[in-house]
Amino acid sequence: MSRVLLLQGNQAVVEGAIAAGVRFYGGYPITPSTEIAEGMAKRLPQVGGKFMQTEDELAGIGTVVGASLGGVKAMTATSGPGFSLKQETIGMACSAEIPCVIVDVQRVGPATGQPTSPSQGDVMQTRWGTHGDHWLIVVSPSSVPECFDLTRRAVELSEKYRYPVILLMDEIVGHMRERIELPDSYEGLSVPRRKQPDTPPEKYLAYADTDGSMVPAMADFGSGYRWHMTGLVHDETGFPKGTPAATKNSQDRLHLKLRDHEDDIVQVENYRTDDADVVVIAYGGAARTAYDAVDMARDEGIRAGLLRPVTIWPFADRQIQAVAKKAKCLLVHELNCGQYVREVGRAVRGLVPVDLYAKYDNEPATPEQLLEKIRESAEKIKGAK
Amino acid sequence: MKSMEELVDFYFRPNRLPHLWCPGCGNGVVLGALLKAIDAENLAKDDVAIISGIGCSSRASGYVDFNTANTLHGRALPISTGLKMARPELNVITLSGDGDCSAIGGNHLIHAARRNIGLTLVVFNNSIYGMTGGQYSPLTPMGKKATTAPYLTIEPSFDILALAQAAGATFTARATTYHVPILVDVLRKGIRHEGFSIIEVVTGCPTNYGRQNQIGAPAKMMEWQKDHGVMKAAWDKMDEAAREGKFPIGVLSERKDLKEYTKAYDEVIVRAQASVKEETA
Amino acid sequence: MKQNFRFSGTGGQGLITAGIILAEAALLDGLLAVQSQSYGPEARGGSSKAEVIISDRPIRFGRVTHPDTLLVMSQEAADKFSGDCDASSLIITDSLFVKDVRAEDARRVDLPITHTAREVCGKPLFANIVALGAVVALTKCVTTESLERAVLDRVPKGTEDANKKALAAGYEIAKKAV
Repeated sequence: MSRVLLLQGNQAVVEGAIAAGVRFYGGYPITPSTEIAEGMAKRLPQVGGKFMQTEDELAGIGTVVGASLGGVKAMTATSGPGFSLKQETIGMACSAEIPCVIVDVQRVGPATGQPTSPSQGDVMQTRWGTHGDHWLIVVSPSSVPECFDLTRRAVELSEKYRYPVILLMDEIVGHMRERIELPDSYEGLSVPRRKQPDTPPEKYLAYADTDGSMVPAMADFGSGYRWHMTGLVHDETGFPKGTPAATKNSQDRLHLKLRDHEDDIVQVENYRTDDADVVVIAYGGAARTAYDAVDMARDEGIRAGLLRPVTIWPFADRQIQAVAKKAKCLLVHELNCGQYVREVGRAVRGLVPVDLYAKYDNEPATPEQLLEKIRESAEKIKGAK
Repeated sequence: MKSMEELVDFYFRPNRLPHLWCPGCGNGVVLGALLKAIDAENLAKDDVAIISGIGCSSRASGYVDFNTANTLHGRALPISTGLKMARPELNVITLSGDGDCSAIGGNHLIHAARRNIGLTLVVFNNSIYGMTGGQYSPLTPMGKKATTAPYLTIEPSFDILALAQAAGATFTARATTYHVPILVDVLRKGIRHEGFSIIEVVTGCPTNYGRQNQIGAPAKMMEWQKDHGVMKAAWDKMDEAAREGKFPIGVLSERKDLKEYTKAYDEVIVRAQASVKEETA
Repeated sequence: MKQNFRFSGTGGQGLITAGIILAEAALLDGLLAVQSQSYGPEARGGSSKAEVIISDRPIRFGRVTHPDTLLVMSQEAADKFSGDCDASSLIITDSLFVKDVRAEDARRVDLPITHTAREVCGKPLFANIVALGAVVALTKCVTTESLERAVLDRVPKGTEDANKKALAAGYEIAKKAV
């Protein structure tokens, strides 16, 4: 049995988290993500979970890491200013390989910016926000039902890869209300927990790659497996080790364990790209404009398509290259002055021209505005022939 | 009770020694007293979590065989708080230095105290940032030298226990590395206390505080602790003039009128689940 | 079938709630709907707007750039939010507050919305529900059954009868006007 509801994206995130089995939330209210905190405050205790409104953003992510050490699936949500504040701890979660989910509902920045207006200015921050060298998983929903699905997926990936995962949203998707069909019961929707050790406690090494997956088993604090977590560079025992070899090994893991599982992690949606000359690349709320603009372009005879990265990081190199081989032009549309477009350019290596429609005036582009850019790109290809 | 040697054998992780503390540092005394307290309270290793921040004292977590985490500068309390919420049955002991706890992590201190969450916070107060070579902290007394106060500090220092009390802490105590039996006693009481407890331990940093301020050898620092720490009962009878420059030790305050935070949250769960039943009824 | 609605007026007139109710009524009819709104200080003092798109096909871009139906319940909102209407738009005004709109050639229906709420339900608070009744009577975008159910699902317990009266009054004044 299921029910049809009109929910905000932020509310769907709450439901997705509850369904996935998140049972702890620590966070600080900030527009435009506050509905997630409010929803978790209401819903978590109903299912036996716990919500904390922390004293600041730092404590928000700190409590999440602590709860995760205790074996509980944990999540926090914020927006740009708070996302900046959380970065150091996100880095520790990378280094110590602590599963957790951080939601960033983007608003206009830098600084206080415009709290209630849409922007996608944090897309590179999700990748490089914390100091140090590391990979990270970032997924970005474009609709309310996808907020539910991708929140679950974010929790799933974080548990599976023992790593922080960022759910990158924007004000458009966070605040809009849309139809969503939710099951009456979330039974069976909880995602698998992190891998548990299969060695006895005295043999357990918290960071040993025992099965070649590069994902070490993580025992819960209090479960009888006593281990040490540190933000210092450490070896497989979990204790600090500063040798060049230990440093390289640890850095390798923070890259390779995601890179070598890209096939499992990276997802894109291709919309009418099969025979497309102009392929729009757009993600999150901006992609909603792109579907309509592509349809309108098709109506006037322009072979347009949309590639929508669902996984923002790791970058969908392979998928974008595949499209670039067939298309004549890529047109990146994003709600910033042009960030993701640089990665697209790097990935296609001059194979096709990469145009940019950057919109950063606090309003989403209308389909008509994007259509005009598609026409321009299509015109340029003609001229090039 | 186990001898110190037996305690080391039983509680220290093999291969983690030698520790990185300087000769004459008081941190080992504090850690030894903590192990004595844990042992005297008969806590199983699996039931204890030791969470520390960053600094000399925070390295203690790595040496001992419990569920341990050496986290970020200032963030030991939030991480302890999250762990306690996830596992209320654990004895979560937070180790922090004066800088870690009162400067970069100061906001977390007052809020952990306000919430009365059942953590035992042990503050190693050596009046200086030792790990980074002797910069002043909010607990460095006025008129002292530090590498960042070459012309003497001009900032008044916190009384961290008064600060915690004002923020609502339900158990506050102080001891020194000279007064070890008292230290063990207040640590035991702090661990037993259901709500938030803070134990300030006055400890010496001969390398980075003692030397700059010409206090002399580690033994001199211990002597200073002996001469300046006054048992609470005696302190209460002293007048202002006699108290000058001295500080009280022992349990300074204890309240039992406030519910521990995770227990209070259990009631939230009961109310939330009752509201669901009402809605579906 | 795709219809764009914009409800605008002053913060506190309940127009965002009205937008949500309309979108929920559309879902009850088996249609799709997307609702968005203005946020922040703008949503409290000053003018506020809620937008709803109803369609039988997937709705992607969720903002209204050209309202098929514009409800305006304050002069300031009319000044601010009627500029992108044209001859194909229907503008419904609350005659108590609105004199001029910026789209001369739009089809315009002036209704005593707040006045009716006060007369029929005793409180201007019900103006948003009166307005919803009028909008649905004039556009037939959702069935009256679904609208009533959506209203009753949203409003506080104990106010069901007053809200039903407000809806009926909304239908009535709309029918009278055309």
